Amino acid sequence: MADSEILKYEPEELITGGKTFADINDDVSIPLETFPTPKNVRNWWCCFAFALFALTIGAICLGYTVATGIGVWGLNEPSGWGADITNFVFWVGIGHAGTLISAILFLFRQKWRTAINRSAEAMTIFAVMTALLFPLFHTGRPWYAAFWLLPYPNERQLWVNFRSPLLWDVFAVSTYFTISLVFWYVGLIPDFGSIRDRAKNKIRKFVYTILSMGWRGSNKNWSHYEVAYLLFAGLSTPLVLSVHSVVSFDFAVSVIPGWHTTIFPPYFVAGAIFSGFAMVVTLLVIMREVFGFKNYITINHLEKMNKVILATGMMVGYAYACEFFIAWYSGSAFETFAFINRAFGPYWWAYWIMVVCNSFIPQIFWFKKMRTSIPVMFVVSLYVNIGMWFERFVIITTSLHRDFLPSSWSMYIPSWIEWGVTFGAFGFFFTFFLLFVRAFPTLAMSELKGVMTIKKSQSSGGHHG
Amino acid sequence: MAEQKLAGVVGFFNDPDALLDATRKVKEAHYQSFDAFTPYPVHGLDDAMGLKRSPIPYVTFFAGMTGCLFAFGLQYWTSVIDWPLNVSGKPFNSWPAFVPVMFELTILFAGLATFGALMVACGFPNTKKKIVDPSITCDRFALMVDVAKKEKPGYKKFNTSEVEAFLKSVGATDVRVVYEEGWF
Repeated sequence: MADSEILKYEPEELITGGKTFADINDDVSIPLETFPTPKNVRNWWCCFAFALFALTIGAICLGYTVATGIGVWGLNEPSGWGADITNFVFWVGIGHAGTLISAILFLFRQKWRTAINRSAEAMTIFAVMTALLFPLFHTGRPWYAAFWLLPYPNERQLWVNFRSPLLWDVFAVSTYFTISLVFWYVGLIPDFGSIRDRAKNKIRKFVYTILSMGWRGSNKNWSHYEVAYLLFAGLSTPLVLSVHSVVSFDFAVSVIPGWHTTIFPPYFVAGAIFSGFAMVVTLLVIMREVFGFKNYITINHLEKMNKVILATGMMVGYAYACEFFIAWYSGSAFETFAFINRAFGPYWWAYWIMVVCNSFIPQIFWFKKMRTSIPVMFVVSLYVNIGMWFERFVIITTSLHRDFLPSSWSMYIPSWIEWGVTFGAFGFFFTFFLLFVRAFPTLAMSELKGVMTIKKSQSSGGHHG
Repeated sequence: MAEQKLAGVVGFFNDPDALLDATRKVKEAHYQSFDAFTPYPVHGLDDAMGLKRSPIPYVTFFAGMTGCLFAFGLQYWTSVIDWPLNVSGKPFNSWPAFVPVMFELTILFAGLATFGALMVACGFPNTKKKIVDPSITCDRFALMVDVAKKEKPGYKKFNTSEVEAFLKSVGATDVRVVYEEGWF
């Protein structure tokens, strides 16, 4: 009988404060139903204004770039990639935590994911949208990008080059975005139903009726729904691992010393999860405070995420060490030079920011007191974000600026336009995220109810059956 | 409203265990068409209702295969047949380089087909059947015995007062008659 399965779960308090099913609906709906200035969401407007300000700066800088040409960026020969591709890799990486939480932790039956998966998935979608801006604008004429990047029969009778990792990237990132969006939407359908059924306002009711697709909570639907959800998790798991692997192929398939290494795919995936979890911690620490979700996103949840940060941080640190070892062990003069130049050349400061932020600072999470302290984890997560941005900067810039021909060596310094675009990318991301928290249920209500009953059935001794 | 068409009789329960017990009894009583309504997927309910496993995985599998073959076909045709181009001396059919795109399109086709299959299987978007009660998406559990569209032999005949009494006897706290109603 299937209910014997229920009894196997060990009781673990995932939601504190003795909440009932109805409490979940009430608590999660607060930010959606109180508009424009409820007492506990007043800070939202300040954050939103700042995000819009950053977005405006970014839009101005991108407008200037498009109008003038990408010569306004600091790129040169041999540094053909700079802050733009750094930002692309950084934002794609941020997205990975969301899919890891929603898909991989689901397959591993990690019930604690239910409190954080919705917002982490939203983060994935907005991060991938942010990431996609950069290669598009890097083409200089983004309105032509689709014609250049997609294979379609055209008057030139030419096709894209399927042997290029840059094209693999087009397929990988666009598939990732599409599937993440569908997965997220499927998860939202029952919760849109909940919001619809408590809506008093006519327009609100209409909008959420459309979004919920007329969900009725029927078990005939749940039966299909659960199978589809499992399939999405199964599809997303290899997908997320492939996406950053393919992004790493952009580097690893080339012949540039410092890029041409086989460790790149797992190293990039670990780094992506590392940075993504740091971003989730940054956002959730703020969200649980502002929206009063402390009983749902507990210290226990945050501690688990910090453990993931610690583990993936050490994988990344191992990759840094391994690269150095192989550079020496390979006996290749170019490889050795690239790595010595990386750590002690003109960009030494960027390298050491990366190492300190990613490999040393997270070590503080060995101590339980530190992993469970909100201010500590908030600060560490910010350092990890900074460190991971610099990791991509280091990989791209230090490998390019000293190429095979010393006469063409030069320095790459991002122009203020590029810093403006980088700042604007954060504005773009946070604008979407802040709109999300006011329009969509930020906790997966139906899934939370599912993990609550496990405990209930346990305590009642499972008399049914 | 002029004439309301009878849709069925619904009974409400306050916890999933009571719903599970009642569902088993309704199934044993051989009602032709019935459905449970819950705020979250209740474990064991599929067995209690006697539902078969969803066929969606077959759709996913075949769509994934299609995506994989399509991706290989596209890359082979463009690189070998339509416009063979020598790229750094690699063979025209450099199939290892085609693997990433084959993988991505496998996932893309499989994922979109899964979504499509879910929509079809659940009858979404559903405009014709309104939710029985708003509390279902919050904290209540319901069991509804429907008026069968076409009566099949071997099943119990639908009779409103008889079904009402039956649902009360299996522990429903609140029993109501439901008429057909759309969302808009």
